[in-house]
Amino acid sequence: MISALIIVFREVIEAGLIVGIVLAATTGVPGRERAVTIGVLAGVLGACLVAGFAGELANLFQGSGQEFFNATILLLAVAMLTWHNVWMASHGREMARELKAAGHQVRTGERTLTALSIVVGVAVLREGSEVVLFLYGIAAQGGTTAAGMVAGGGLGLAGGAVISALMYFGLLKVPAGKLFQVTSGLITLLAAGMAAQAVLLLQNGGLLEYFTSTVWDTSWLIRDDSITGKLLHTLIGYSEAPNGAQLIAYGATVAMILILMRLVNAPAAKQAKAKHA
Amino acid sequence: MKRLAFALTLIATPAFADGPIEVHLKNHKFSPSVIKVKANKPSMIILYNDDDMADEFDSSSLKIERVVPGHAKANIRIRALAPGKYPFMGEFFSKTAQGVVIAE
Repeated sequence: MISALIIVFREVIEAGLIVGIVLAATTGVPGRERAVTIGVLAGVLGACLVAGFAGELANLFQGSGQEFFNATILLLAVAMLTWHNVWMASHGREMARELKAAGHQVRTGERTLTALSIVVGVAVLREGSEVVLFLYGIAAQGGTTAAGMVAGGGLGLAGGAVISALMYFGLLKVPAGKLFQVTSGLITLLAAGMAAQAVLLLQNGGLLEYFTSTVWDTSWLIRDDSITGKLLHTLIGYSEAPNGAQLIAYGATVAMILILMRLVNAPAAKQAKAKHA
Repeated sequence: MKRLAFALTLIATPAFADGPIEVHLKNHKFSPSVIKVKANKPSMIILYNDDDMADEFDSSSLKIERVVPGHAKANIRIRALAPGKYPFMGEFFSKTAQGVVIAE
């Protein structure tokens, strides 16, 4: 039962952290519970579908279907996170003002909910299909051990919810005026880490096989398969031995998001100045 | 009998990197569990999961996480490796599903 708990918990950490960050990034936005719930439910449904067709999926593209599918949905999440950040760059100040005015709802935030709902769905879908396969396999065997392991798996899932809550309430300690800046920063690193992971998956699938040698190795410090490694992997894209292409993808994503944010922010800042004058 | 078993493992264990290497997962154990590949050359493992249950071929040193459903096979590409040992496991049954890729 303990082993099932640990395995499931390790799989759901990522989705848990992302849900926590998304909840914090949408603080005060009406309808966000609905958007996150829809994201989670769609993710679970998708995970069951992917698990059910795992064999067929894997056989696509000369046996690299799983890698390409995961890379594609990761890149979709990167696009959605980018869009959210860029949108926040032009509306964030307005949202922070609304949030600071006590009792006010952040009406301006509603437009970005769909993007974040998709991000949540993708996060749940990715790790969820593995959890479904694991738990289904155990449940199908039957017996008391199976019951214990399914219970362990359930506790592991609950652990993911606890991670979400910790991340969310931790972020809420950030002063309202700075909250959206902090979540934008987190989302930038989240997106960069996902882009690096997508590149690795494409390489494992036989595409983009450039700059594949390891640039540095910090496995002596934090191992990828430790819980700390997993947490850092999700939050900032930590990898114990990144290769050149991963680092390029990481750097390019951070640069792209920051440049886009600056571009849309420039006219917005000018407008704000003009209003004050 | 023991000697025969030993001789059988000698024949059975080393798998070399000429073409894809077939590996079976049965009763949550890899066979062969020691896979030799040529260093600095990409290789491919074809993993047959002969169990009823899914498992995940997982190796942080090989940077591969690959779910393989029960009674399915997976083509697992191994990048060109520097000489060394690269442990892997079946994450769902890591107590018994353990193996290592040796690049030399």
